[in-house]
Amino acid sequence: MSCTVTMTVNGKAVTREVEERTLLVTFLREHLGLTGTHVGCDTSQCGACVVHVDGRSVKSCTMLAAQADGAEVTTIEGLAAADGTLHPMQAAFREHHGLQCGFCTPGMVMSAVDLANTHPNLTEDEVREGLEGNICRCTGYHNIVKAVLAGAEAMKSGTTQKAAAE
Amino acid sequence: MATATGIGASVRRREDQRFLTGRGTYTDDINRPNQTHAVMLRSPHAHARIRGIDTSEALKAPGVVAVLTGANMAADNVNGLPCGWLIHNKDGSPMKEPPHWPLARDRVRYVGDQLAVVIAETREQAKDAAELVAVDYEELPPVASIRAALAEGAPAVHDDVPGNLCYDWHLGDRAAVDAAFVQAAHVITIDLVNQRLVPNAMEPRAAVGEYDAATGDYTLTTTSQNPHVIRLLMGAFVLGIPEHKLRVVAPDVGGGFGSKIFHYAEEAIVTWAARKIGRPVKWTAERGESFLTDAHGRDHLTHAELALDKDGHFLALRVATQANMGAYLSTFATSIPTYLYATLLAGQYKTPAIYAEVKAVFTTTAPVDAYRGAGRPEACYLIERLVEKAAAELGMDKTEIRRRNFIPADAMPYQTPVALQYDTGDFAKNLDLALPAADYDGFAARKAESARRGKLRGIGFANYIEACGIAPSNVAGALGARAGLYESAEVRFHPTGSVTVFTGSHSHGQGHETTFAQIVAERFGIPIENVEIVHGDTAKVPFGMGTYGSRSLAVGGSAIVKAMDKVERKAKKIAAHLMEAAETDIEVKDGRFTVAGTDKSVGIGDIALSAYVPHNFPLDELEPGLDEQAFYDPKNFTYPNGCHVCEVEVDPDTGVVKVDRFLAVDDFGRVINPLIVEGQVHGGLVQGIGQALFEHCVYDEDSGQLLTGSYMDYCMPRADDVPSFQVSWHEDQPCTHNPLGVKGCGEAGTIGAAAAVMNAVVDALSEHGITHLDMPATPERVWRAIRQNRPAMAAE
Repeated sequence: MSCTVTMTVNGKAVTREVEERTLLVTFLREHLGLTGTHVGCDTSQCGACVVHVDGRSVKSCTMLAAQADGAEVTTIEGLAAADGTLHPMQAAFREHHGLQCGFCTPGMVMSAVDLANTHPNLTEDEVREGLEGNICRCTGYHNIVKAVLAGAEAMKSGTTQKAAAE
Repeated sequence: MATATGIGASVRRREDQRFLTGRGTYTDDINRPNQTHAVMLRSPHAHARIRGIDTSEALKAPGVVAVLTGANMAADNVNGLPCGWLIHNKDGSPMKEPPHWPLARDRVRYVGDQLAVVIAETREQAKDAAELVAVDYEELPPVASIRAALAEGAPAVHDDVPGNLCYDWHLGDRAAVDAAFVQAAHVITIDLVNQRLVPNAMEPRAAVGEYDAATGDYTLTTTSQNPHVIRLLMGAFVLGIPEHKLRVVAPDVGGGFGSKIFHYAEEAIVTWAARKIGRPVKWTAERGESFLTDAHGRDHLTHAELALDKDGHFLALRVATQANMGAYLSTFATSIPTYLYATLLAGQYKTPAIYAEVKAVFTTTAPVDAYRGAGRPEACYLIERLVEKAAAELGMDKTEIRRRNFIPADAMPYQTPVALQYDTGDFAKNLDLALPAADYDGFAARKAESARRGKLRGIGFANYIEACGIAPSNVAGALGARAGLYESAEVRFHPTGSVTVFTGSHSHGQGHETTFAQIVAERFGIPIENVEIVHGDTAKVPFGMGTYGSRSLAVGGSAIVKAMDKVERKAKKIAAHLMEAAETDIEVKDGRFTVAGTDKSVGIGDIALSAYVPHNFPLDELEPGLDEQAFYDPKNFTYPNGCHVCEVEVDPDTGVVKVDRFLAVDDFGRVINPLIVEGQVHGGLVQGIGQALFEHCVYDEDSGQLLTGSYMDYCMPRADDVPSFQVSWHEDQPCTHNPLGVKGCGEAGTIGAAAAVMNAVVDALSEHGITHLDMPATPERVWRAIRQNRPAMAAE
């Protein structure tokens, strides 16, 4: 059974016909080719699939594409500025070595941005608790916490960092 | 000479740009024109005979292209997956090596064992069709644990393996150990479980197989830590594809921790199937499949005894370990509880006599193989638990008993009684640095303060040592390895002075694209942006053994140094010619080649240009070009070592254990990028804490079903389960046998942490009369242990 879904993804309007059972993460990865959002588990716990739907973080593996019909979706690919300047949270993760293999990173960064958006004075405990839904196997979380706190500060002060010329 | 981008600098990572912007290329991100999707049909039974497979309904399902079975593979002469390390029994006979078919032929031996592959236009169609394959199973009794495997009259997992015994191996001097025990003033006994774990890299395994009928070339893209090893094993041993017609590519890989070393069935299946159906075949594991079929780790039962004299000096160690191999031998499985375990049983101590026997058994569970530390966490856990138990029983301070037994720094190089010779290390110094940093003297006050809040506080140590940088090929070969363990590197200067380095190492989180570039940039005095590191593609990189065993810098980095040495030798000749000087008068420093005693010099960039535009070039002596290759075979293992100190707080009402602080003082030899090294330690520590407190892979004894088959039931450590860490190291014990002086750091955190945490937990619970607890120290286990020892409390 198929249906038509229409949504805005990273600022661009998209319309596709999909099977009704299509998950949002599958829609993003396979129908739109936005493979930055990752699938790490099948029980909605690892957080590798986190995106923003209408400004709030959502596990895209636990949502049907049809449920995002009419919504504004932001994925990791939509976080940096159009000229490539990294979002302050992305820059903070790089500065503080908050990633190793990179697989959990898109979901981790999207969760972190939401955390910063919803907590005006983030503490280490709030970060650790707030990231309970994002599993990382590489970093041991120590540098992720540092990165999120630094990224949140930078977001408040409107600091940005030019993307490295790679 | 320290620079902002050279050795010792915390250079931020180049790979982060793509990972942070969602532009990494992981295997599941890859899509090929005309590709099909494969779903594996897996046994729901732990043990069963396959009486028949009826694929007729599945073949009619929408979008299905093919349904293939073990019989199809047998008809194509596909061989079994090989084991890479031959272990011999005590009597010299070889271990049992039953066949390990990529698709099961007449029998399945663990829940998840694949017996058919369904290939369709979409993944959903393949999944739907897989449900239509009808398999006639004749269930057989499961053998779900080591104890079940060794029980009298146990069912046979493999008919030609009596007693389910793969091998019965030993190491050391039994007579010397027995004699020492007779003299001992004290004997400390321990029975330990080193529980089965699931590695759980966040990226599930995936593979894409392709075949080009026009050229006869195969390509396998796979989540591997070592593409050349896969090419060799799969090409030469399983599918009969000549290596020059097989390309294996490991693109961005989302974590491995050992679980992505091995040649897995799915790699062979998609490669073979791609030729059969004439289209690319793509397979990606779901997390549930990863739980069922990624090689698991650890799973040892150990009984050990430590003999001491009246002053607490270790006289002898006697160890009997039973290790679970799972249903089939994974690529390195047999070496983990033998040569990567028993050879570390001296630890940091001068115990003169050691004897270890290891029985490895088959069970109807997933194959078990290397997982971060691979044998060394098991050894460290055993020794350090025994040492603190000894301290407790003798009434000695737990650091004092270690001091009395440390191998002193001036005894290096030190030949242990278990084959390995340590090169350098100052174990007492690690402890000397750790104690004030951990405020050991302040522990009693902290314990009292915890008690005022109703909590039990404990402190535990782990003084770990490990053998890394595997391995000298001749040593490994003599011990049964079927592979060499060198590493490759090619350093290619381009005409306009930038460099591409091809390395046989593979980065799946370790940051080699940055750290290897630091080494090259510093050597030649060129900007780090001008150095590109290429890894993971057998079409581009000379034969390498890949990344595991904390070997990349020690072995891969050393290969790069050797290649750079060759570049420098040639460059010197070119420089001498360009400056009309004698080669012996050329001095080299930071990529500048100077005629001694003059200010005539030329940089590597000009030398490279001259080599590729050889208008003014000694063509009668030298070929054009500046591109050198080297292979480095290590002379010895490297021996990272350190001291971990852990303090826990236990809530006696709930049994919850909180790691309150964790400190590590390490010796990694020379450190190239401190930021990355810290990150490796952090990650390793949390995996060790995970084993100590949270993780446990459990099979049901009666049915052989995997009970912990998802993150619902397998407890991964999360950000709020662990604290921040204090990590430091000293660099005054460099490795003496590789040109970089590095020892490696990738596994160290995992090797010591579980022991440190459990020692702290036992310490915290000691006032309740508890002297032993097995991992994981879950709240339930802790709560029950407290109440078992205090009947009055149980009534509350």
